[in-house]
Amino acid sequence: MGMKVYGPAASTNVARVLVCLEEVDAEYELVHVDMPSGEHKNPEHLVRNPFGQVPAFQDGELILTESRAIAKYVLRKGGSQLLRECNLSESAVVNVWLEVEAAHFNSAMSPIIFQCFVVPMVMGGTPDMKIVEENLNKLKKALEVYEARLSKFKYLVGDFFSLADLSHFPTAYYLLGGPHASVIDAYPHVKAWIADIMARPSVKKVTELMKMPSV
Amino acid sequence: MAPMKVYGWAVSPWMARALVCLEEAGAEYEIVPMSRCGGDHRQPEHLARNPFGEIPVLEDGELTLYQSRAIARYVLRKYKPELLRDGDLEGSAMVDQWLEVEAHHVEPTLWPIIRHCIIGQYVGRARDQGVVDENLAKLRKVLEVYEARLSMSKYLAGDDVTAADLCHFGFMRYFMATEYAGVVDANPHVKAWWDMLLARPSVQKVMAGMPPDFGYASGNIP
Repeated sequence: MGMKVYGPAASTNVARVLVCLEEVDAEYELVHVDMPSGEHKNPEHLVRNPFGQVPAFQDGELILTESRAIAKYVLRKGGSQLLRECNLSESAVVNVWLEVEAAHFNSAMSPIIFQCFVVPMVMGGTPDMKIVEENLNKLKKALEVYEARLSKFKYLVGDFFSLADLSHFPTAYYLLGGPHASVIDAYPHVKAWIADIMARPSVKKVTELMKMPSV
Repeated sequence: MAPMKVYGWAVSPWMARALVCLEEAGAEYEIVPMSRCGGDHRQPEHLARNPFGEIPVLEDGELTLYQSRAIARYVLRKYKPELLRDGDLEGSAMVDQWLEVEAHHVEPTLWPIIRHCIIGQYVGRARDQGVVDENLAKLRKVLEVYEARLSMSKYLAGDDVTAADLCHFGFMRYFMATEYAGVVDANPHVKAWWDMLLARPSVQKVMAGMPPDFGYASGNIP
């Protein structure tokens, strides 16, 4: 049995795993989980992800959760250089920016994505603009730091692309596709960096999967 | 070889995460104390080390690192890679998974409880019991998962301690000093796991710098 990813491709956390599988040209199967109907809370899914979230991942007997952990496993198994684990200092800086992605970028983007996409399109509600504004301000503060960094280096860790950059793609995709895309216009190096990430073949393949209506 | 430097205040649960791993690694390091109430972390000198203005920061020669889990990983990778199950494809994935679980399910749940139940009274902020209750409810559900896991293996990633267990220490230390410690104690395998962590010399040493009130009552305001 090959590798399986359980979850909807449109989920940022699922997409993060898919793009790593694409980067190493792995054979895998995407098994859709229908979240609007609560499939992620079914006993069958809870066996794979006891927190009732997506993604879940299976490779033979190994079952994993947490997209950044799965991403690392997939990249290591596929012999990727995106973690720079051949070099102690470089791999350390990859981990710094992976943590920054979670703590500063994703933490601000996640509520924005929820309010601007999930609330209107899945729940039929109205976005809470107070939450959106608060998190846009957090995002801008983070983007100032990113802009300074990316003015010095081509990518976050240095002159080489790494998982730290790639891990931003799913949330950047929704930022670009949402009502607040113009926020990055004030940060030209960030804007160029995002465009560079989005141009990668692996990213293009996964964005096509993200756009497909779920069956 | 010059000792590594760790910048920050020792009472911080994030600092504690890094310090426990430095102790476990047996690394030579010195703490460069900073003042939170003095705003040291917002000064240009610190922003040059960490543009996000946070602590801890680790300096090892020319290398400067921030984000406590990244520091923990580096230090362990350098000195005790077995605590990351480095080189073991499945083992390292389990360590990574539980490190992520702690980051997304434990820290964000414990921290609001700690803020409201310990810190609030010293900084003139009234406790919001609603926030406390909401996070306790989340914590109970998370602990069910931990109890199930720790019924199957001695530690989170297997039968030996790893970075995944150690990185829980800082926030657990303060949560267990609140009136809600019983929520953890109600899960016998989680309680046993916590007791094992507490018994580790590295944990004992770091805990000595972490009074349960963050130092507020004794006037050592962080």
